[in-house]
Amino acid sequence: MADSIYDVIIIGGGPGGYTAALYCVRSGLSALVIEKLSAGGQMAETEQVDNYPGAGEGVGGFELAERMREGAEHFGAQTLYAQAQKADLRANPKRITTDQGERLGRSVVLAMGAYPRMLGLDGEQELRGKGIAYCAACDGMAYRGKTVAVAGGGNSAVADALMLAKLCAKVYLIHRRDTLTASKIYLKALQENDVEILWNSRITRLLHDGRLTGVELAEVDTDRRRELACDGLFVAIGRIPDTGLAAGQAEIDSSGYLVADETTRTSIPGVFAVGDLRTKPMRQIVTAAADGAVASRFVEEYLVELFSGQP
Amino acid sequence: MEMITVTQENFEKQVLHSGRPVMVDFWAPWCVYCRRIAPAVGQLADEQGERLGVGKINIDEQPALAGQFQVETIPTLMLFREGKAIGQPLIAPSSKAQISSWLQENGAL
Repeated sequence: MADSIYDVIIIGGGPGGYTAALYCVRSGLSALVIEKLSAGGQMAETEQVDNYPGAGEGVGGFELAERMREGAEHFGAQTLYAQAQKADLRANPKRITTDQGERLGRSVVLAMGAYPRMLGLDGEQELRGKGIAYCAACDGMAYRGKTVAVAGGGNSAVADALMLAKLCAKVYLIHRRDTLTASKIYLKALQENDVEILWNSRITRLLHDGRLTGVELAEVDTDRRRELACDGLFVAIGRIPDTGLAAGQAEIDSSGYLVADETTRTSIPGVFAVGDLRTKPMRQIVTAAADGAVASRFVEEYLVELFSGQP
Repeated sequence: MEMITVTQENFEKQVLHSGRPVMVDFWAPWCVYCRRIAPAVGQLADEQGERLGVGKINIDEQPALAGQFQVETIPTLMLFREGKAIGQPLIAPSSKAQISSWLQENGAL
């Protein structure tokens, strides 16, 4: 409870967070995971995970998340379902304020992940669920047999377009450049699945009558405008790291990521960053999990130093 | 408390004529985000069972109920008290805390 001090408090119950918890408790540390909703973060919103070792022919993201949670809890990790509202990361012990009260930890692993970037157009918020979506795996089924567009050119956008191509009558991929940011292998798959790519195009306006009816596109070079009718728009233009709790405390780079190298150590002693919110070249379930394992090693090292009075 | 599986047949008895407020979770098996909020909904049923009923409506099996309450996007949470829907529905909450404060704002907790 509020009086006891955990060796480590992990904020965020995604693959990074629960792997950190698993490794910490197996090293004999007491660990509390603070999760705002349910295990898994972005992974839990993935219909099927194919690229996590051992996933075989695919495993549901939600199921995999629950297994990660159960595994960590089996070895002694605790979960508090609460919204972390404030983190005093420089205090000793570190103090996390949640809607369920305060918790104290000798060290903190930040594992809050990331959330989708919005287009920033008028009506976007209001049309969410009425034609605008941010997760093809979640909302794709509602557009079965319809015409949809995907905004973006990275791996997520292409994966969304391919998934939607299995369900929808017509899929457009709207990309502001003339080449994909996604892996080359995807281009062929898009062609084979009849996804029409609209190159050098950006969305300038959302057309709607209470529901989305289409988008206005501008050609990037000429600014020539045209309208594209569609029933749904899936926005996949990147993610924003959820680092608000650490703002003004730990070092954050110009894109908003928590600065930490492969040791996961942030600029604050005893505070570690794992998963999608850390500066790193590849954000995947397997790299988030790897971060969690690595963090446990440096959490341990920090605690040893703390108890010998060094830091 | 046990989660109520709400259908057209038991809606009146279990939701409208319940002696306490009832939170209803409109969901479907194919809705990935519905799965994510389900544990939080289940925990609220366990924690608040004495003063709050909690039910689930599968919109694939109960399209008439989904239509009656104009549920266009799921997950949607609705709150019923004394035979009426109260407050605004809560669509795709991002945290358990958001569900709790919505229940509090509508006087159910």
